[in-house]
Amino acid sequence: MNDVLSVALFTAGMAALATAVMLPPGLAVAWVLARRRFPGRAVLETLVSLPLVLPPVATGLILITVLGRRGLLGGLLERMGIEVMFTWRAVVVAMAVMGLPLLVRSARAGFEQVDRRYEQIAATLGARPARVFFTVSLPLARRGVLAGSLLGFSRALGEFGATIMVAGALPGTRTIAVAIYTYTETGQDAAAGVMLAVSAAIAFGALLASNRLTAAA
Amino acid sequence: MTGDAPAPGAITLDFALHQGGFVLEMRERIDARVVALFGPSGAGKTTVLESIAGLRRPRRGVIRIGERTLFDAEAGVDVPCHRRRVGYVPQDLALFPHMNVRRNILYGAGAGPGGGFEHVIDLLELGPLLDRGVAGLSGGERQRVALARALAASPALLLLDEPLAALDATLRSRILPWLERIRDDLAIPMLYVSHAEAEVRALADWVVVLDAGRVVRSGAGL
Repeated sequence: MNDVLSVALFTAGMAALATAVMLPPGLAVAWVLARRRFPGRAVLETLVSLPLVLPPVATGLILITVLGRRGLLGGLLERMGIEVMFTWRAVVVAMAVMGLPLLVRSARAGFEQVDRRYEQIAATLGARPARVFFTVSLPLARRGVLAGSLLGFSRALGEFGATIMVAGALPGTRTIAVAIYTYTETGQDAAAGVMLAVSAAIAFGALLASNRLTAAA
Repeated sequence: MTGDAPAPGAITLDFALHQGGFVLEMRERIDARVVALFGPSGAGKTTVLESIAGLRRPRRGVIRIGERTLFDAEAGVDVPCHRRRVGYVPQDLALFPHMNVRRNILYGAGAGPGGGFEHVIDLLELGPLLDRGVAGLSGGERQRVALARALAASPALLLLDEPLAALDATLRSRILPWLERIRDDLAIPMLYVSHAEAEVRALADWVVVLDAGRVVRSGAGL
């Protein structure tokens, strides 16, 4: 039972961290897609949504080629003494990449609903673009951003395929989804059932909140 | 009018702007405190205001307020909107819905020299409204808040787009004196879009008549 609790807490903590990690790039991409026309926009749009349709295991493989020892970033990080693969950091990265598309979609819809008029008037009142973003665009798009964060968080919670590729099923990197898999594989059905209940409860709560946010908008 | 107010300085509007099939062309240098832009809808009046505010980019020409060049196509000058110090009150007002009256008015207050806030609040008698949300305000109150918000940023020029159009006759006669106060007390030059002759007569000392993107008349009085 102790094991169940620690895995649940670990997973929720990593998912929260992953949500925090995906927010800055996610909001930037969502805003750019909602407000700017530029060459390569369609490519960016597709690239960000790719993890939605790619098999998660394939996304995991891509992450290995990037973050692995011989990967583009992995080698650099290793020289800096930061180990990513098969640590909690890999869990966060996998969760963030998988949750990002949902955050971007929802936040982008939120930004698109903001009347440009408010942003223009804020600029005439002397506000620099960054101030316009944080004081006008973001607060007015808050429902979409919050709903997207909750969706991204929910996706992160349930993430399995990419996580198992980059973080494995080690005691220190085991998430709820990975635990359900290993418990079932080893015949510990009761423990798997408890994990299932915990994950269903958290996901249900997050989705409910997200839906209420979008419905009220 | 107060005789000792500083000279407003000339406004140079010498530019052309293309927008789909519509072409707006102006060659005006106006030395007046309150300029009315008069003409039928679709004449390009709002487009003139938005070009000055920096929300639209002309294809060629110069926009200058006094000594300050805001736009000069040949010299490659295009001062970004947030550094133009132009107070724009659009027809739809665009009060920030997520801020109360005080935060709306204070939004641009830090930008200009000196805090114009207190004076503007007094002038437009907005004290009792400061802690209200903007959703519950009446039409006339919204209009005053939008004016105060633009004025609190200490603009070098005030652009008003049909400030009275959305109001009924009673409210109109109540807001007009506020505009006269702004003109006389604050001595900020104003560019004022209207298609109501009475307002233009009451406020403006120079009238530019626009039709289909061209100036058809420019002079003192209608």
